[in-house]
Amino acid sequence: MNGTKQPSKIAFVIGASSVGTLIEWYDFYIFGMLATILSKQFFPVDAGTSALLSTLAIFAAGFIVRPFGALVFGRLGDLIGRKHTFLLTLVIMGGSTFAIGLVPSYTSIGWWAPILVLVLRLLQGLALGGEYGGAATYVAEHAPAGERGYWTSWIQTTATLGLFLALGVIILIRSNQGVDQFSAEWGGWRYPFWISILLVGVSVLIRMRMSESPMFVKLKTEGKVSTNPLKESFGHRANFKMVLLALFGAVMGQGVVWYTGQFYAQSFIETVCKIDFIQSRNIMLVAILMATPCFVLFGWLSDKIGRKWIMLSGMLLAVITYRPIYKEFIAITAASNRMHIIDHRLTHSQTAFPMIDAKDNKKLIIRTQMDTFYLDGSVFKYQKTDTIVLKQAMDGSRPITLVNPNMIAYQSAKPHLVVEKTLGKAAFWDMVWLVFIQIVYVTMVYGPIAAFLVEMFPTKIRYTSMSLPYHIGNGVFGGLVPFLGTLIVEFTKSDAHPNGDVLAGLWYPIGVAIVCVVIGAIYLQNKIDKNVMD
Amino acid sequence: MNTIKKLLGYVWMLLALAIILFLVYEAKIKISTATDIAKANTMLQWSIILLIFTPICIGFFIFGKYASEHAYDHLPESSLEIED
Repeated sequence: MNGTKQPSKIAFVIGASSVGTLIEWYDFYIFGMLATILSKQFFPVDAGTSALLSTLAIFAAGFIVRPFGALVFGRLGDLIGRKHTFLLTLVIMGGSTFAIGLVPSYTSIGWWAPILVLVLRLLQGLALGGEYGGAATYVAEHAPAGERGYWTSWIQTTATLGLFLALGVIILIRSNQGVDQFSAEWGGWRYPFWISILLVGVSVLIRMRMSESPMFVKLKTEGKVSTNPLKESFGHRANFKMVLLALFGAVMGQGVVWYTGQFYAQSFIETVCKIDFIQSRNIMLVAILMATPCFVLFGWLSDKIGRKWIMLSGMLLAVITYRPIYKEFIAITAASNRMHIIDHRLTHSQTAFPMIDAKDNKKLIIRTQMDTFYLDGSVFKYQKTDTIVLKQAMDGSRPITLVNPNMIAYQSAKPHLVVEKTLGKAAFWDMVWLVFIQIVYVTMVYGPIAAFLVEMFPTKIRYTSMSLPYHIGNGVFGGLVPFLGTLIVEFTKSDAHPNGDVLAGLWYPIGVAIVCVVIGAIYLQNKIDKNVMD
Repeated sequence: MNTIKKLLGYVWMLLALAIILFLVYEAKIKISTATDIAKANTMLQWSIILLIFTPICIGFFIFGKYASEHAYDHLPESSLEIED
């Protein structure tokens, strides 16, 4: 037996597996998408970059724990079957995501807030660690020989579509609520977490109707199910060497390319290029939507010409072009590269908002907003917050117009400056194309990889064997891209260069991808295994 | 090609050791130069990095060792070759 011949059955298998996997990715990604807000909600307000790094660390913790999920659930999947195992992972994922949306903020429960979020994040990671290998194995074991790359590529689209769904839901809620309501303690940022429970409920119902993988059933009938999948996967040198080869020759490069294209790009556009929240996500949404069919294209192509060179080409292109692409991001969004509107009345609009600090009525906060309009339709907003400390407390009952200079004790040395850019149409599309290119690389490395991994390992220990390298490569190497990228840039900051080298964070994915390309090119085979039932 | 695979095996082993040493050295520098509240954060961040990458580097070293012992000269074509 080598796959299901009926198209309607395989379509149901793909659909049912994909919906659940898509929802798990959605659950996993809303955390990353909302990292900036979460850092303010679950950490001390004044922690700044360290809070963001801590949130990214919690985000990364979800990735780091994925290999353990792969071991726990991979073992279960090889022992009791694929269907029940990934049904369980779906429930754990949905429950923990929903619970994150219920955790009170740091201001309400102190350090319990980040601790609870960390625990729930770890559960999410464990669940995802068990999900993907099961879904990919399940689909591959149903797919007809010679079409495995094509059919499993549908599962591969779910990670990107999950990201797309997460972005879409967040944008929709934020657009309806406005910034303040969305970012409030019990505001709209919690809704995407709560919505998860509905999506998971639907998916569980669908998955309950699925039957077990035909190959696993055959193994079970013949009494050939592994008794100790962990020992057989990692205790036997012959299989363990393949686990290591899969990790260092394919999956670690795939992981960094995936997360650079879909996560680091978004973080860079928002925090370095200063594109506003909605537009930065719109850029990602459009690019993802345009590139997603390429998963199926490269999956299909891998059935014709082999998996290896498609994946390695994607990595190599990423290595060569990442720095030029990110330099172009900066150039497109720079104020120096665009012309002001000619009519000087419209070039700048400036407003000042003085108000008394809510916590200290001796402090006066003056927010000055200046909007600059450009010929290409771009609008750059600069908001400067100055703090003036007065000699005596202000009377809040009187309107504050001008501050008498005699009342000022001193003015804060470093005003807080926030820049928010909205790009014109042409610049917007330039950004979309640059992200699109990166996501095409993602589709090259990711489209064929499920079939590639399934073909590397025998049926009875496949779930365990393929899950571990996948989640170390994708989850650890890839998941750490935003965290390590931000950290590397922090290292380059100094008094002389307060912004540091903003492109330095790219050296991590570039370095990992180079090593992976060399190992993959020299050690991997390009042969397609027609018979995975062995 | 098999000779290249073997020689590169030694390169991977050395690279694995170099990465571990580099990370330990960097962690020491960064933690010692951090001040006040940033010190705890820096320690946390580097603990995470070392905790994750040390076992991965060990895996990379083993990969290099296998390569240097000609383990990848022939890749298995059926599951029977994997069950040793």
